[in-house]
Amino acid sequence: MNVDPHILLFSLITVVATVIMGFWSAKKSRGAEDFFVAGRSVSVGWNASAISGEYLSAASFMGVAGMVMSSGYDALWYPVCYACGYLFLLLFIAGPLRRFGAYTIPDFAEGRFDSPMFRKIAVVFVLCIGFFYTMPQMKGAGTTLSYIFQGVDLRGVLPDLFLTHDALGVAQKGLPYWAGVVLVGAVITLNVALGGMKGITLVQAVQYWAKMFAISVPVFVLLSVYGGYGKQLEANDGRTGFSPVGIAAEAGAFPDAHSTIRKALPEKAPKDETWLQPFGPLTTKAAKAAQLSPEQARPYSLLYTYSLIIALVCGTAGLPHILVRFYTNPDGVAAKRTTMWVMILIGVFYVFPPVFGVLGRNLLPELYASTGSKGTDKIVLELPHLLNARYAILGSVLSGITCAGAFAAFMSTFSGLLVSMTGALAHDVYGRMLRPKSTPEQRMKAFKYCSIIVGIVSVGLGMQVEQLQINFMVGQAFAIAAASYFPLLFMSAWWRGMTMKGAATGMLSGGLLALLGISLTSFSDLKWIDLTAFWSAHPLLRILCEQPAIWTVPLSIFLMYTVSKLTSKDVPKDIRMKMLVLHAPEQLGLKQEYIQEHRGH
Amino acid sequence: MREQLRLSILCAGAFVIALFGLPLCNYFFPEVMARRVGGFTISWLILGVLFFPYVWIIAYVFIKKSIALENAEARAVLESVPSEKTTTEPSVVPEK
Repeated sequence: MNVDPHILLFSLITVVATVIMGFWSAKKSRGAEDFFVAGRSVSVGWNASAISGEYLSAASFMGVAGMVMSSGYDALWYPVCYACGYLFLLLFIAGPLRRFGAYTIPDFAEGRFDSPMFRKIAVVFVLCIGFFYTMPQMKGAGTTLSYIFQGVDLRGVLPDLFLTHDALGVAQKGLPYWAGVVLVGAVITLNVALGGMKGITLVQAVQYWAKMFAISVPVFVLLSVYGGYGKQLEANDGRTGFSPVGIAAEAGAFPDAHSTIRKALPEKAPKDETWLQPFGPLTTKAAKAAQLSPEQARPYSLLYTYSLIIALVCGTAGLPHILVRFYTNPDGVAAKRTTMWVMILIGVFYVFPPVFGVLGRNLLPELYASTGSKGTDKIVLELPHLLNARYAILGSVLSGITCAGAFAAFMSTFSGLLVSMTGALAHDVYGRMLRPKSTPEQRMKAFKYCSIIVGIVSVGLGMQVEQLQINFMVGQAFAIAAASYFPLLFMSAWWRGMTMKGAATGMLSGGLLALLGISLTSFSDLKWIDLTAFWSAHPLLRILCEQPAIWTVPLSIFLMYTVSKLTSKDVPKDIRMKMLVLHAPEQLGLKQEYIQEHRGH
Repeated sequence: MREQLRLSILCAGAFVIALFGLPLCNYFFPEVMARRVGGFTISWLILGVLFFPYVWIIAYVFIKKSIALENAEARAVLESVPSEKTTTEPSVVPEK
């Protein structure tokens, strides 16, 4: 066994603490309502930490750093829009949604249009977006575990078929990627099946602070040792990758071999100019494949950038597992205050991951040469380890802390997703469609079984996506949410002329078209289908499929508008009352808890 | 509700201008945006660091105004319809 004891220790503490907290609070949650919305009495501070904790996923913790390292400037849009998407949520959706007082988005869909049919349609997307979002979390899990156990030799223990193979097909040392996915998936699924959402609120809140600590402390230490953020960026000044002559560390404090803050870049790394400047490798990929000149490629890059921004900003406002948390606020004012705090908490967090990317480019460029779970996605885990060369075990300790943070990241997001997907299955599919007359005990049991089913499917999907970047996959989930739920929530909250048919048409066509485009690009990236020739002939189509938000979001809103106009006789009769409930201040006492009607559950 | 929507749209406008303006600046003035400030390029400094506080300011202004609007609206309604609920400041005229 050859595992760094510090890394293992910190990771184990995180996992064990998560599980114990889950069980401890499971004792406190009894009834079905407790399970679904945590009794609706979570304070602003707790709720904001919990939302942030749930939101900061493996993509934020590991993926952003990895992507900044591999693609440079363009990847900065991800953290910025992840954080700022919350503003849209705050401006247009948070208040009205909470006042309406429904459990989940399907509840809102049904209540707003008095249509049980629409609920069934809305449920589809909870699962759809949810599974897209779990895949990158699973990749984070697989990457982290195979980093921690890279020294373990399983050759001879496991059949050859189950091991990781190198390019030549030789079995490699270390825990294979899939095993990490299975292990983490099993632990979290069990935890959710036994704990429910009350457990999750506490766990999520604590995990936010764990993640914040785990990302910021190593950054401060690394920057103080290797030079500041600006200094690190300055090193990317166009020197060719082959001259190892670097900038000497300040005042010659370390006149040893480590005093250069820049290592030679390998062949596969992007050049300084393209990495540091906007419209770099990420956004020009399609145009490059079509062999356009840099000048010709620029408009394509701009289009890509805009589409990405729209997907991320609107997508945040339509993420089902985040929205469900707004119902845990006592009232609409608290929902708004919570969003404000969430924006501050996650905004501060998102300053740090890009720093890892920048440092990684200068200090650990070897990662450019690898792919999958050995590539740039593990920069956050591996980078602090460098400090071992100077300060004995400090590197191991810090690396252990970031590993623990990574665990906190994918565990908390995956738990949240499991709860909302399981909630959709147990509450909607089982409780409403299959067995409307089931008793609360049966529902609780259904919740447990459903969480196990969802967990198994997620693990299965997660095993397939080792070659895709974590951050990229999360961006895709956002694009689907942006084209389906965002238009639904936005239009239903603010436009009284909306009908069920309009909402359903817009949501389905926008969401499904986005799903189709994204699946096509992912399948061809995973080499399941070969579209290389087609993409290089049509770079524009490639961009519109890879980042569909720029056309699917307007299309969805347009369809909602036109179809609603055409079917305007179907506008709910009590629309004035509904709009009043959505928008009237709560002091007026108009709020009717939608759930009360169904309290018999 | 109308005032609330106007407020939301105004705040969204301030946000969208920055969000969509930055790629345009990058597109049309690449030399300016690539200038170095303390090691950062201007573009990187804006997107990687300064964008967050800007959004916090918008959010803060929005929440303050939005809650004030709600209170005013509630007072207006409670004044016109006498009910068992007593308002804290019945004499204040709502800004409508």
